[in-house]
Amino acid sequence: MKYAFSGIVALVFIAFTFSNCKKDDGELKGTGDVVIEMDNHAGDDVLVFGQKYVTAAGDTVQFSTFNYFVSNFILVKDDGTEFRVAKDSCYFLCKHDDTESRELVLRNIPAGDYKSVKFTIGVDSLKSVSPIGERGGVLDPTGGASGMYWSWNSGYIFVKVEGTSPQAPVDAGTGERTLEYHTGLFGGKDSPTLNNLKQVTITSSSENARVRDGHTGEEAPMFHLYVDVLEMFTTPNTFKVSDVPTSHAGPFSKSVADNYADMFTLDHVHNHN
Amino acid sequence: MSISIFNTIGCGAVGRSRTLTLLAFVVAGLFSSCKKDETDAKTYEVFLPSNFPAPEYDLSQNPVTKEGFELGRKLFYDPIMSRDSTIACADCHISFSAFSHPDHAVSHGIDGLLGKRNALPVQNLIWQSSYFWDGGVGQMDFIPLNAITNPVEMDEDPAHVVAKLNANANYRGLFKAAFAGQDTVTGPHMLQALAQFMAMLVSANSRYDHHVRNEPGGNMSAQELTGLQVFQEKCATCHATDLFTDRQYRNNGILNSFTIDHGRNEVSTLPEDVGKFRVPSLRNVALTAPYMHNGKFKTLEAVLEHYASGVKDSPTLDPLLKQNGQLGIPLTAGDKEALLAFLKTLTDQDFARDVRFQK
Repeated sequence: MKYAFSGIVALVFIAFTFSNCKKDDGELKGTGDVVIEMDNHAGDDVLVFGQKYVTAAGDTVQFSTFNYFVSNFILVKDDGTEFRVAKDSCYFLCKHDDTESRELVLRNIPAGDYKSVKFTIGVDSLKSVSPIGERGGVLDPTGGASGMYWSWNSGYIFVKVEGTSPQAPVDAGTGERTLEYHTGLFGGKDSPTLNNLKQVTITSSSENARVRDGHTGEEAPMFHLYVDVLEMFTTPNTFKVSDVPTSHAGPFSKSVADNYADMFTLDHVHNHN
Repeated sequence: MSISIFNTIGCGAVGRSRTLTLLAFVVAGLFSSCKKDETDAKTYEVFLPSNFPAPEYDLSQNPVTKEGFELGRKLFYDPIMSRDSTIACADCHISFSAFSHPDHAVSHGIDGLLGKRNALPVQNLIWQSSYFWDGGVGQMDFIPLNAITNPVEMDEDPAHVVAKLNANANYRGLFKAAFAGQDTVTGPHMLQALAQFMAMLVSANSRYDHHVRNEPGGNMSAQELTGLQVFQEKCATCHATDLFTDRQYRNNGILNSFTIDHGRNEVSTLPEDVGKFRVPSLRNVALTAPYMHNGKFKTLEAVLEHYASGVKDSPTLDPLLKQNGQLGIPLTAGDKEALLAFLKTLTDQDFARDVRFQK
C-alpha cells in the first residue's frame, strides 16, 4: 500500500515534468483547420456579375461566370517546414455565384504558425487521368464538375470566365457580343499537350496563421485572398477582347493561363486567438 | 439502420434476455447477408491473354462483377444515353464487326448529323492508355462521356442521363444490385458499369493468337506465314506487339493537307501534331471496314495500295513513310497478297459472335 502510494506520486510527478517539458519547448500538439477565403474582385472593386469593368487594354467587360479549380494545398511554417494537405481533401471548385464554394476549409492541419500557403490553379495531371472511382464531389464530370470538364480533350476546365463586351464581335450562334475563356490542359498523358497548370505561393509578411488543436470553423485562422478576374486580360500578355473574344483548348490558352497565374494575392491573415 | 435498432433496444422497453436474443438475431442477420454478398459478387473473369502485355487499366479499382457487367451492357445498348433517346452506343459499335460501324466512313448520330471520324472498334481497351483517333481521352472510364456530350453523336448532358436513369425504377434496382446497395444512380457508377462491359471486350482468339500461343486451331498456311514475315519486316514498327499498335500518333499520308480534321493537334495544340492520328490496332481488321480516320478506304486491298503507291506528302508525314526520298512502303504484288492472307488470320469470330456481348 505504501509502495503503491509512492508509485502514484512518482507517476504524477513524472507526468507533470513531461507536460512541463513540452510547454517549455513551445511544441504544439493536435490539429486544427485553416480557412482560405477567395474574395473575387475586378481590379479594386468587389466582383459583381453584370457590372461594367475596364480591362488593361481599355475594353469594357461584364461577367456572368467566374469559376476556377484550386488544388494541392501546402502550408508552410515560419521555419520553412511544409505540410501537404491530404490528397483526398485538397481539390476545390470555386464558383463566384456560390459564396460557400469560395470558403475553403483545409482540415487536420498540425498545430503551428504558418506564413505561406501554396496551391495549384487547376487539377494536377495525376488526378486528371485517374479512374472515375477517384473523382467524387467537385471532380465528378457527371455531377460536381459539370460544365467544368472537357470530354473530348479529357480534362478539367481550370478557369472559366464568361461575359460580354461591346468591343467583342457578335457571336454568330448567340447574336451577342460574347466573351468566353475556358482554360485547361494538364500536359497530356503519354504524349504531350500544353500544360496550363499554375503554381501559386501566397506569403504573409506580417501575421502568421496560428493553427491550434481543435480550432475549427469560426475559430480557425484564415488566409483572406483577393482574386482579380481582370488579371486574366493582362500581364504578361495584355490582349484586346476584339482580338481574342474566346479561348478554349487552343495555343492562346497558354497566354491566358500566364495572365491569370498572378490573380491571387493576399489581403490579410486573420486569427481568432 | 442497425443503430436505430440498437437504440430501440437500449430504451429499456424490452427485457434483458429478449435484448440479447434480438442482438443475436441481428448479428446473425448481418453475417448471413455478408455471405450472400460474397456469392453474389462472383467476379467475372477478364480474359488476359498470355501474348499480351500487362493491362494499362487497373481492374482492381473497378472489379468486373456479373451485375456490373450486365448493367454496363444494358446501358451500352440503351438509347437513353442520348438527348432524345434515339442513339445508343451500340448503334455505331456493332458486335459482329468487333464493335465498329460497318460500311460507314463516318457515323450518323443524333438528328442524322454526321461525325468527322470513323468509329473505332471497341476491343482490348484495357491495354490502351489513350483513346479515340486523337488520344483525347486518357482513361477508359471516361470514354462514354465523349460520345454522350458530342453534339453530333448523343448531344446529352451526362448529369441528365444520370437523372433519367434515376427516374427509372428498373435501373435503380440494377444499380443497387451492382454497386453495394446504393439507392441512387450516380454518374461514377454509370461510368464504372460501362467500363466493366468494355473491359470484358477482349479479342485474342484469332487463328494468329492460337498460332503464337501454340494452341489447337493455330494452323497457318504457307502464304499466311509469308504474310506474317512481310508484316514483321514492313508494318510491325507501327503496328507493334500482339496488340498490333505502338499506341503512337502518326501521319500516314492520307491527305496532303489537313483542313477538316487536324488529328492529334486538336488535342495537343502542337503544330508538329497536325495530321497525326492514333495507329489503330489491326485486330479483326477484316471486320472493321472502312478504314482510316476518315473512312477513306473501303477495302484492305485499297489500304495496302495506299501504302504501296498512294502516300501523300506533307510536313508532318511519318519519316517511316518517306525513306530515302521515296514515298510509301515498297510492296510487290506477292507481298500484298500474302499480307492480305495474314491480316485475315487476325479475325476473331469467338469475339465477334460472343453472345455475352450482344443485346
